[in-house]
Amino acid sequence: MVHQVLFIIFGLICVAGAVNLLVQRHPINSALSLVVVMASLALIYLLLGAEFLAAIQVIVYAGAIMVLFVFVIMLLNAGAEERTRGSHIALFVGVPGVVVLAGTVAWLLIHSGSRLGGVTISSSNFGETHAIARLLFQNFLLPFEVTSVLILIAIMGAVVLGKREG
Amino acid sequence: MVPLSWYLILSAILFSLGVFGFLLKRNIITIFMSIELMLNAVNLSFVAFANYWNTHPARLADGTAIIPLSGHVFVFFVMVVAAAEAAVGLAIIISIFRTRETLNVDQVNLLKL
Repeated sequence: MVHQVLFIIFGLICVAGAVNLLVQRHPINSALSLVVVMASLALIYLLLGAEFLAAIQVIVYAGAIMVLFVFVIMLLNAGAEERTRGSHIALFVGVPGVVVLAGTVAWLLIHSGSRLGGVTISSSNFGETHAIARLLFQNFLLPFEVTSVLILIAIMGAVVLGKREG
Repeated sequence: MVPLSWYLILSAILFSLGVFGFLLKRNIITIFMSIELMLNAVNLSFVAFANYWNTHPARLADGTAIIPLSGHVFVFFVMVVAAAEAAVGLAIIISIFRTRETLNVDQVNLLKL
């Protein structure tokens, strides 16, 4: 019961933040509502027993990535969004397509979701850092090493792109 | 107990809102934030399924057991890639703004910087 109430509260905060991201015209307001979405997603991860991921979500997403976004918005002195006509294909094909797709998924889940069962807050130490580290450094060691190369390339790319020419 | 389908529906709603932002917004930074929203929505379904397989142990078709925690490791990798993507993407946005002096995607229609 407590689990359901907490899920509904944080789920509503998530959806409200995401809607606010779309409605706001100034990018800084959108960035701050995205922080709200990410923080409440971290709390939902805690409900799912993923303590390590909740901490990482707050530190990396709500902390590092969003600070980078806010920094760039302030650096570029971005004003309110101009209302221009976008692509007609995106408006008249993309939006109804997404509505149909999401509606179908939601309908299927509502009608046959009871067969899936439910998730509970487990008292075991599922999702603790120790178990994830064991999996990450044994079964997923090669992908982990490849991501370090990826990050190195990303850093070099960012430096080259951000360098002022001339 | 919360049905797994609730989490998946929340994930679908967040993903759709991200797609709407991607299609309808005209500011390049907001479009980039919509992509981050979509990544977060996918992460939510990964974590929900990890918890689900932890309480409902199952095997794949070839008999190997599903490791529930690999969902968490996948989310970890998605976050790493998202961080790398944010660094490169924001550098590209700064580079575009230097030459075009605009953040409106309708005025950015050439691959040339």
